[in-house]
Amino acid sequence: MEPQDRVRVQLTVNGSEVSRLVEARRTLADFLRDDLGLRGTHTGCEQGVCGACTVLVDGVAMRSCLTFAAQLDGAAVQTVEGLAGDGDLTPLQEAFRRRHALQCGYCTPGFLMTATEFLRENPSPSEQEIRTALSGQICRCTGYENIVQAVREAAGTLQADQRRQA
Amino acid sequence: MKPASFRYAAARSVTEAVDLLSEHSDAAKLLAGGQSLVPMMNLRLSRPEILIDLNRIPQKDGIYVERGALRVEMLARQRSAERSELVRANLPILAEAISQIGHSQIRSRGTLVGSCCHADPSAEIPAVLAAVDGSVRLEGSQGLRDVPSQDFFLGFFQTALAPDEVATDLVFPLPPAGTGASFLEFARRHGDFAIVGVAALVTLGSDGSIARAALALAGVGPACVRASQAEAFLTGKRAEPTAFAEGARLASQEIEPQSDVQASEGYRRELARTLVERALATAAARAVREVA
Repeated sequence: MEPQDRVRVQLTVNGSEVSRLVEARRTLADFLRDDLGLRGTHTGCEQGVCGACTVLVDGVAMRSCLTFAAQLDGAAVQTVEGLAGDGDLTPLQEAFRRRHALQCGYCTPGFLMTATEFLRENPSPSEQEIRTALSGQICRCTGYENIVQAVREAAGTLQADQRRQA
Repeated sequence: MKPASFRYAAARSVTEAVDLLSEHSDAAKLLAGGQSLVPMMNLRLSRPEILIDLNRIPQKDGIYVERGALRVEMLARQRSAERSELVRANLPILAEAISQIGHSQIRSRGTLVGSCCHADPSAEIPAVLAAVDGSVRLEGSQGLRDVPSQDFFLGFFQTALAPDEVATDLVFPLPPAGTGASFLEFARRHGDFAIVGVAALVTLGSDGSIARAALALAGVGPACVRASQAEAFLTGKRAEPTAFAEGARLASQEIEPQSDVQASEGYRRELARTLVERALATAAARAVREVA
């Protein structure tokens, strides 16, 4: 096999099939933003520290600045645009809005994607578990209190929804 | 903050990765989790001409207990190992150490084998591997070899990997019954690189004395080191606070930490002393529970 400058990838992004020829060095973050126009995924530090670019790949939260698009043939990517789609906000997004869990909003997509994965795995977390889960996301506005409150509220909402459905 | 241009090849087998490495040797880097390599590429500290992606190699992400050892394959993610029942039951210190690496979004991609090949002197997994006298299994054009940890970690980001070799497994021999273990580290914030990290194992004999102690330290030199003088002192002593304090003092003296932007040499020694003392006490308490 010969190493390639450009790589053909076919993947799904927020449920839609996407096929593109990408430069090998294209990070997933830049692929989403510049090739697909999905600007909800934000780039902050571009070295894996700040968490703003966090997306779900096959359901798992990871840094899109540290993954190359060329690696994702066959993968399913979910970004912040894929949470609500064109419909209602998710309970988590609703809680962020109600609890004023964002100010400038730059970090918010990363928080939402991390918390989405976290609540799926741990629907009724303790506050400490929430703080640990969010520790890889940096917010420079809010002081985190409202973000933690929003995730707690979303966890309550999720539980109530589950009770209703049961 | 974008990586320099490179060419990309997804290896479909270890043999193919070895062939690609043999052909392109110095120009190529291997990509597993990418959580250390890609930041370095984004910062242009690393500019490989060719990236050989290992992630498409099938069935190389397993974790097994066999022949008295825990074996971790090259694509096993840190998060998988952290959550693995097999790891928690057989080598809980490994899960404890991994939980202190970065954050969950990093551990979801990062691999254990990749962490050892990157060989950051402050890294957690190399210290655990060194503490249990583990080894790294390598496959290259000359065949397979198992390299003991003390021969594998050579210095700052340097290992015994030959240019055409791929690390395929980590082998962690399981400690004997009656062993307790503890991994402690100190970082400015949770998830930051450790300033000092300590892996301690204490095996208690039937009379309650220390039959064997193992201490591996990270962040106190160019590679993780064993505190062999402290280990020798502790062997045969009663497992009690005065022994832990003296063992910790010896460990803090035999290491050769350097001053850098994060911490001075003296601070690292003091931190090592404190962490070793605490880790020994915790390991011994866990060993008592193990015996009971």
